[in-house]
Amino acid sequence: MAELLQLVLAGADERDLTKLASYREVGGYVQLARARGLTAQAILDELNASNLRGRGGAFFATGRKAGFIPKDSPQPVYLAVNADESEPGTFKDREIMARVPHRLIEGCLILAHAISSKSVFIYIRGEYLVEFEILRAALDEAREADLLEGVTIVLHRGAGAYICGEETALLESLEGKRGMPRSKPPFPAISGLYAAPTLINNVETIATVPPILELGGAEFARIGTPDSTGTRVFCLSGNVVRGGNYELPMGITIRELIDLGGGVADGRELKAVIPGGSSFPILTADQIDTPLSHDALAEVGTFLGSGVVIAIDDRCCMVQLALRVAQFYMHESCGKCTPCREGTRWMVQILEAVEAGRASQGELDLLLSVCDRILGKCLCPLGDAAAMPVASYVDKFRDEFQAHVDQGGCPLAGESSLEDLFAPVDQHSHDPVARVPA
Amino acid sequence: MSSFASEVRAIAARYPDSQSAVLPALHLAQEQYGWLPPEAFAEVADALELSPAYCRSVASFYDMYHLRPVGRHLVEVCTNICCGLVGAQGVLSAFESELGVRAGETTPDGEVTLRAAECLGGCGWPTIVAVDHRYRQSVRAEDVEAIVAELRGG
Ligand SMILES: Cc1cc2nc3c(=O)[nH]c(=O)nc-3n(C[C@H](O)[C@H](O)[C@H](O)COP(=O)(O)O)c2cc1C
Repeated sequence: MAELLQLVLAGADERDLTKLASYREVGGYVQLARARGLTAQAILDELNASNLRGRGGAFFATGRKAGFIPKDSPQPVYLAVNADESEPGTFKDREIMARVPHRLIEGCLILAHAISSKSVFIYIRGEYLVEFEILRAALDEAREADLLEGVTIVLHRGAGAYICGEETALLESLEGKRGMPRSKPPFPAISGLYAAPTLINNVETIATVPPILELGGAEFARIGTPDSTGTRVFCLSGNVVRGGNYELPMGITIRELIDLGGGVADGRELKAVIPGGSSFPILTADQIDTPLSHDALAEVGTFLGSGVVIAIDDRCCMVQLALRVAQFYMHESCGKCTPCREGTRWMVQILEAVEAGRASQGELDLLLSVCDRILGKCLCPLGDAAAMPVASYVDKFRDEFQAHVDQGGCPLAGESSLEDLFAPVDQHSHDPVARVPA
Repeated sequence: MSSFASEVRAIAARYPDSQSAVLPALHLAQEQYGWLPPEAFAEVADALELSPAYCRSVASFYDMYHLRPVGRHLVEVCTNICCGLVGAQGVLSAFESELGVRAGETTPDGEVTLRAAECLGGCGWPTIVAVDHRYRQSVRAEDVEAIVAELRGG
């Protein structure tokens, strides 16, 4: 069986690392002290040697992105930490903040040094109140211990909007606006927060920086696979015995991860697996020997995303799954781009009709056509994140969609695990009129 | 200056541009009023030299701001796919029958508002229920009675 390898969560099983003293006992802030003795370029070189790639979903090379920040900017340079974690299936950043907050802070201070920034903003998902409190306490301790050395770190709470995890929407929200994505270019590295150069990284990416300096970039790169180096805090959920976060070298297979979680629950049979998060194409049960690495997943047409594996057993109706996923993106679409705003709504309407057995044959094709008209046609990939997975469900489970049309209803006849799953679309809406008190 | 305004300005001072303090100021106002009545927008706007309409337009974008009064306690049940695969529906309907309200409603005594929520980020331990923003993990339908009793008692 695959074995855990903890770099990001190292030490947290043995002691309470939320306290500065205990974090120091496991070598905490030693790498920061070392890094401050190095040039900015030397740190970027280590990051490049490590081949660290972003853990937020886009898998962009971290050292390269940091290298885009202008060296002698007349403006201030900012580091924005993406702690908005809201991709369905993802819950690793929450655990990192709750259990190793100082490793995140240490990573922030090292990266700030690497881009000559004096100002860090941590944008934390509003619902993560407990993690906010833990992080605030850790930050107070770090400040009192004079670890910040002139760098300010501001904790900024979001207020419930999935789109604010998209980096430019995050910046808008941080500027006190509705969280609607900006058009790129200019990229944040050139014109980001307050139109100044800004590096944006995910919590897990940043918490991986201290272990990289400790091991050395080249040594870190030997862990995992050549294209996907190091460890990932994999988020396992769905119909498994023991869901949870498992930090493992990248490249272990989906099957190995599910086995670590005790296998499929209730003696059921695996039907499908969603890798990456709900935004990404699905895999069928016979594809679970695929390694969890970028290249291996790309070969089967999907993504590593935020390190997610959602196991789905044979009780689940794929039309209901598609509907619930589409409802989420409809709810979270910010409304700025027409294909996403209208397309996600169409998807929901068609899928409702398919599930209810009201859809004609032509509507299945229409669904795919709507997906196609969203893909790649918006400022940000939120619409793609609805279109890609839903199109993959139709593609991989075409017979099941077809059966809904042919039989005039759900073949699982009320027995699906997702039966009657309620989507909170009407309670919160981005339409202010609906929320104005009478 | 009111103590609210001075607190908001202290927050605003952390940012290069005071407008960044809109979200924290709205959180603060909501803590005081329980929701965001028109006075709250007026106060936030005043402290940050923005218009109340602007502050409302920002607030209306985000799920966590209440533009209508809510109960003293807020119960949010995750009904995204990971929790749904293992029975979030049963947890939500247990709350509905225990509280006598539908998702989205508040009990007539104004004590508890029940909401369904999008993924709360605890998928490995379904079903996630946030009670006043503190997560309960691995909640099952049979746990609901005790949670409601606790809320009613406290
Ligand atoms: C709709 C949408 C939601 C996103 N949500 C998150 C998120 O919650 N957390 C995150 O780190 N990145 C999220 N991202 C990715 C960010 O845009 C960005 O790529 C990432 O924060 C960069 O950090 P990294 O290079 O360290 O991964 C999201 C992207 C999109 C399009």
